[in-house]
Amino acid sequence: MDHSTHARVDQPLTPLETRLAALRGGAAARNMDARALAALAANPGCDRRAVLDAAGVDKAALATRLGSPATFGQSPFAITRGLVFERRLRAERCAELVALLRTELLPEATAQSPVEVPDLLPSEGPAVRAARTRVALAEATANAAAGRAWTLLDRPLLRLDVAGSTVSLEPDAIVIGPDGRWTVVEIKSFPILDGSADPTKVGAAARQAAVYVLALRTTAAALDAAAATAQIGPGLVHPRPGTGPAARPHPSGASADVPGADVPRAAAHAAADAVGSGLSPADATTPAAPRLPTAVGLPSAATSASAATPGAGAVAAGGTASGGPEAALPAGAAAHASPYAEPVGLAAAVRTTGLLVCPRDFSNVAVAAPLDLRKQLAVTRRQLARMTRIETLLAALPETVRLDEAPEAVDTLAHAYAPECLAACELAFHCRTQARAAGAVEVLGRGVRGELGSLTTVEAALEATAGDGALARAARLREEALAR
Amino acid sequence: MTTLPTPAASPSPGEQADAAVAAILASALHGGERGTVVDSPPGAGKSTLVVKAARELVVTGERLMIVAQTNSQVDDLVDRLAQADPGLAVGRLHGSDALPGEIAMRHPGVVASTKVADLRELPVVVATAAKWQWVKDTDPWHHAIVDEAYQMRSDALLAVARLFERALFVGDPGQLDPFSIVGTDDWAGLHHDPSQSAVVTLLAHNPGIVPHRLPVSWRLPASAAPLVSDAFYPFTPFRAGTEPGDRLLELGPATPPPPPGLAPSLARAADEVLDVAAESGWGLLELPARLTVRTDPEAVAAVAAVVARLLARGGETRSERGSAPVDAGRIAVGTAHRDQAAAVRGALAALGVTDVTVDTANRLQGREYDVTVVLHPLSGRPDATAFHLETGRLCVLASRHRHACIVVTRAGIPELLDAHPSTEPVQLGVVSKFPDGWEANHAVLEHLRRHRVAAR
Amino acid sequence: MSLLTTLARLEAVRAGVAQPLATVRHRHLAERPFVLVPLAAAGETGAPLAVLLGQDRENPRLLTVPQPLDRDLRFAFLARLGDELLPYLESFGADVELLERSVKDPESGEKTVEVRELCADAPQLVVPNPGAMELLGLVGRSTRFRRTAEDVDPGPYPVPARVPLLGRWLTHLSERSNVPGSSLLLPLTTTLSRHWATGQSSLEDAHLGALLAWIAPPPGERGERAASRAENGRDERGRLLVPPAGPATDPAFDSLLLSPAVTRYDAARAAQDERLTRARAEEIDALLESVLLPVWHQVWQGVDLLRTLPPAAHVVERWESDRWSYTGHRDRVAAGEPPQPLRDDAVTAARKLAQREREQVRLDLEEALDDPLAMAEHRLAGQAFAGEVVEVLPAYDTSGRSPKPRPLVTVRTEDRPHLDPGGEVHRAAGPAAQRAELVQLDAEAGLLTLRLLSGMGRKKEPEPGTVPEAGEQVCFTLFELSARQSAPLPEPEDTPWTHGGPPR
Ligand code: SF4
Repeated sequence: MDHSTHARVDQPLTPLETRLAALRGGAAARNMDARALAALAANPGCDRRAVLDAAGVDKAALATRLGSPATFGQSPFAITRGLVFERRLRAERCAELVALLRTELLPEATAQSPVEVPDLLPSEGPAVRAARTRVALAEATANAAAGRAWTLLDRPLLRLDVAGSTVSLEPDAIVIGPDGRWTVVEIKSFPILDGSADPTKVGAAARQAAVYVLALRTTAAALDAAAATAQIGPGLVHPRPGTGPAARPHPSGASADVPGADVPRAAAHAAADAVGSGLSPADATTPAAPRLPTAVGLPSAATSASAATPGAGAVAAGGTASGGPEAALPAGAAAHASPYAEPVGLAAAVRTTGLLVCPRDFSNVAVAAPLDLRKQLAVTRRQLARMTRIETLLAALPETVRLDEAPEAVDTLAHAYAPECLAACELAFHCRTQARAAGAVEVLGRGVRGELGSLTTVEAALEATAGDGALARAARLREEALAR
Repeated sequence: MTTLPTPAASPSPGEQADAAVAAILASALHGGERGTVVDSPPGAGKSTLVVKAARELVVTGERLMIVAQTNSQVDDLVDRLAQADPGLAVGRLHGSDALPGEIAMRHPGVVASTKVADLRELPVVVATAAKWQWVKDTDPWHHAIVDEAYQMRSDALLAVARLFERALFVGDPGQLDPFSIVGTDDWAGLHHDPSQSAVVTLLAHNPGIVPHRLPVSWRLPASAAPLVSDAFYPFTPFRAGTEPGDRLLELGPATPPPPPGLAPSLARAADEVLDVAAESGWGLLELPARLTVRTDPEAVAAVAAVVARLLARGGETRSERGSAPVDAGRIAVGTAHRDQAAAVRGALAALGVTDVTVDTANRLQGREYDVTVVLHPLSGRPDATAFHLETGRLCVLASRHRHACIVVTRAGIPELLDAHPSTEPVQLGVVSKFPDGWEANHAVLEHLRRHRVAAR
Repeated sequence: MSLLTTLARLEAVRAGVAQPLATVRHRHLAERPFVLVPLAAAGETGAPLAVLLGQDRENPRLLTVPQPLDRDLRFAFLARLGDELLPYLESFGADVELLERSVKDPESGEKTVEVRELCADAPQLVVPNPGAMELLGLVGRSTRFRRTAEDVDPGPYPVPARVPLLGRWLTHLSERSNVPGSSLLLPLTTTLSRHWATGQSSLEDAHLGALLAWIAPPPGERGERAASRAENGRDERGRLLVPPAGPATDPAFDSLLLSPAVTRYDAARAAQDERLTRARAEEIDALLESVLLPVWHQVWQGVDLLRTLPPAAHVVERWESDRWSYTGHRDRVAAGEPPQPLRDDAVTAARKLAQREREQVRLDLEEALDDPLAMAEHRLAGQAFAGEVVEVLPAYDTSGRSPKPRPLVTVRTEDRPHLDPGGEVHRAAGPAAQRAELVQLDAEAGLLTLRLLSGMGRKKEPEPGTVPEAGEQVCFTLFELSARQSAPLPEPEDTPWTHGGPPR
């Protein structure tokens, strides 16, 4: 699990970023780590959590300041064991990890292809790291095409727009195979025992990996766009879906096989130059990759690459289109393209099958299992696109508030407490106290709320036992049974 | 796999369907695999296929056993077989506490018995999987047809597979999955997980079997097939058998005054949504957002109002089958829960409507109507559950109609979906079932919003 | 959750103390259960750290692994666990009942009498929660295939002889615990939650300390406060006041106390100082005992609470199934059968699923018959109704050769069963199984007229006592009152092609 924080902020801040930094009281922003992603999954409708995570606030510290410290913690034994496992995988330029990936991803590829493990400047600030990752991705894709090489990006840094605010993500690893395709690798310390693993944990890992896939698609779209800006032509990289084990039948006619062209070295250089020249890499790509939530899931629509592949992936739904179910709609039309369609351009290089790497059985030996991420991708994509923008949520907070000085200001943000928070969000005890004080029935469980319909407080529900609805009948039956 | 050709070289839907059926029959009779699997989207002619396959098999002189999942499915099949070929002797094997239905027994060629020995020599014997499991001391049949195979559990197939050598499995992968009342995690990821669908087990153990697909829905109109295909069959698309404009729903004028029990404003909203649906094939009648109990009286009243106004105004459907009046027998109401169905029946009775089918999604599986009115499973709920998000449920409700489907709901479902935790567990080694229920719910609502009428 | 349970939780919030969800105890509880509180080593799958166990609540036995990463220490621990547990488990094997049944020879068709043994009683392990149960299952999984010094080929790492046997028993117990209503291995939180509704969510009920705080709060304190103290009350050093019931330890305990103690132990061992090593191990023992003892007492407190409820009528019957399960395993071990396989073959999986589904149905039925609160669930759902008989009219079916009794019974009820005329119902708690059909329904007045169809003997007049009388309380259900038999499945060697053929 990753708890690293950004050490430096090295580009001009947007007004929103300035506001969020103030909220943190100047502390460094935390990455959108596994726990934050789990909290998002457990309670996507919570405004309070949304703002805190977007701002990268240290929620554990906040909970302590509020007097309701979280009980999350990791035993030193578990940490040691996890470190030993990861160290082993990463030893000797990730030899064990790469061997595992080879067998899982491309058993037919030559075992002799070289393996690159580029330096991703881990001690730099997030903007530099993100730019470096972008360049490394471009170079790796080029290397794959040129020399059939493997590249392993160890702890790259990706950026993703979440509800109008940019968050940093740090996947365990991304591997670019000799086929030019990118695979997200999730390293976890829970075991795969006799071929199966804790489904709750696997589910969380899959959702996490899906977020990384989306971030990678955005990055790919940015690379495409940079290539276009650099006047080297659209859609230069052509991933080959269908060559990897993840290849699956596409919706008819929507095969993402794009006719060949070469790799955009220049794109990488453009991005690298941007870094070298002190230009903000984000700015370099901004024109073609607008920071809109909708752009997250639909990078292809914004890039010129889509022009090179007419109709691919777009499945029309309106009854107006003639000639069967698959006629292309203009980009941006309100009709729903299949949420499972592969994107076009470089974004299609990202495989929708992630790789889960865990200890096997009772040992410390690693084993890998493929994760089909298509469902999680479709869900996350729509989730991100529909999120209320952080600016809107921030309106509830006084302009100058600092949570390190006035932690209770967090209460002006609406919470959506449910018992599931206890396992997912550091603020759970604090929110629970508030929910209890308000007499909310949610403290008894989400399911309870479903039973009670419009009765949202314990008091109202108990009052209803005196009426003549279902609750009153239940009360009579209960009384009768207990009297016997 | 049957794939749709590009629109440019498009054969007619009929040609596409015929080609698919021919390939299926060839595979079932002479294919190299012992099993043939056919995926059939809603209204794609599954029953027709089963009857056709049965008759072709019988012609070869083989005796055939047919496995269906419920007694009413069995009766239905027997009826269709006898109608298609009145001279065919059909055995209806049944349990002692489940007498065969009148619809099956009205044919002189049908013989019913609780003992397989009485029927063994007939060309076709039909029974439920539950009944077949108890059949013993008999030589296996050479051929079997397993109907609604996606609703059959793997363990049921394990118990009956000894009875046949080859089998044709037909079903709709998009409908409700079989379930168990106990936890089944112990077997998750095993090829032979006894709680999963029979087809999933069969395919896992017989990788040589490539499912066939019926590519054309003859039921769903051109306004519905693309939506249902995209939302529920993302990797196995199908098309409508008819073109836009081939199906028309012409309603009578909204002149008859509403009956005493029906508020004029609600009647007006019902008329309006009916007009929208007659025009576009879809209608969304949206009530103000409110948390309610399952049997939300206002939503129930709105459903009843739509049905009552439809019947009061009358009208005509025109289609490739000719024209017919819109009468009670061609209308159905679908709900998620039984108590909701009961409440709707009560509300309809109060308006003097008694002979419209009102049932839950589970019971509407496989049925077909001209117009359906659906109480949205999430209407008025404070939150969704796995039950309400199950893709099959919404798919069944949204794919029963030939002309129009009207959904009645409280406002606020998209927001409810947004707040729904996405914490679905994932089992290693288990093939993901597509699509995702949450995503499909959003997709359908997004489409329906374009046909929205607000009720106050 | 059902509306009745929700209501009970709401009442618990109001009362500040848990409310009953059952009027009787639905699980078997041995007179002297064997309590076992295990802890797992953090980060290591299925690696035990310590266990407090025994049948004597005043004298628990403590076993620990001072360095969980050391496999020799781990297997020494497991050998000692076997020494404690196996004699208890095996002690029930000797006292048997002999049961006779007649079986038909499949070849000759001749009937012969078969005598079978059924152990008169069976062991019962009580653990704090499902997590502890899972840990025992994992220990079973990791040890049952181990080779021992006594094997023909002992392999490089032989373990003490009794360890794989312990693994097989633990595997059997955790396997059995998946059968609804079984009680060989009883997780306390789940069992308590079946009988009491707290004013918190079911997720929070998984915490034994919090659950007990709601069921039996300290005098003068409300459950909510007591529970929240049990959950996250900490001392000045940050240790939890109420240690978690395991199997995971409090991370703060690990880092503040356990980890340094293990480091000191390792150092003493490295220095090969035996006396110091022993002293260091004793320190670790003391630490672990300090977090295990409170849980130990909680478990016994929970057992006491369960004992305040009288056993339900069908508990004895279900315990007999547990005794069969125990006897079966005893026989398989005695017959020298190999350990349970890693994963079930197709037929075994289907059989187990069928058994669990059957037992679930049976459990639901029996609980409803034994407990008016459980029956109330069905009544509220419209699947049953109860009320007073207001009129009985004799009537007969004269269609056959001899007339049969078909009396008409009218019941007044406030329940609203989902029942239409012609619908079939079953009499609960009658003298014998009895079916009836609804003849007439007056919903306004709450009057249901039923025609009794069976359970009245073979004569023209019903046997005395088989027909309820006016003024009598009766209860009918819309569902059958016995679980259906499962359909036969093939033998594993006859697994069909659809399921991959016979297992290899
Ligand atoms: S604990 Fe509070 S802040 Fe965190 S997700 Fe739950 S309600 Fe939101």
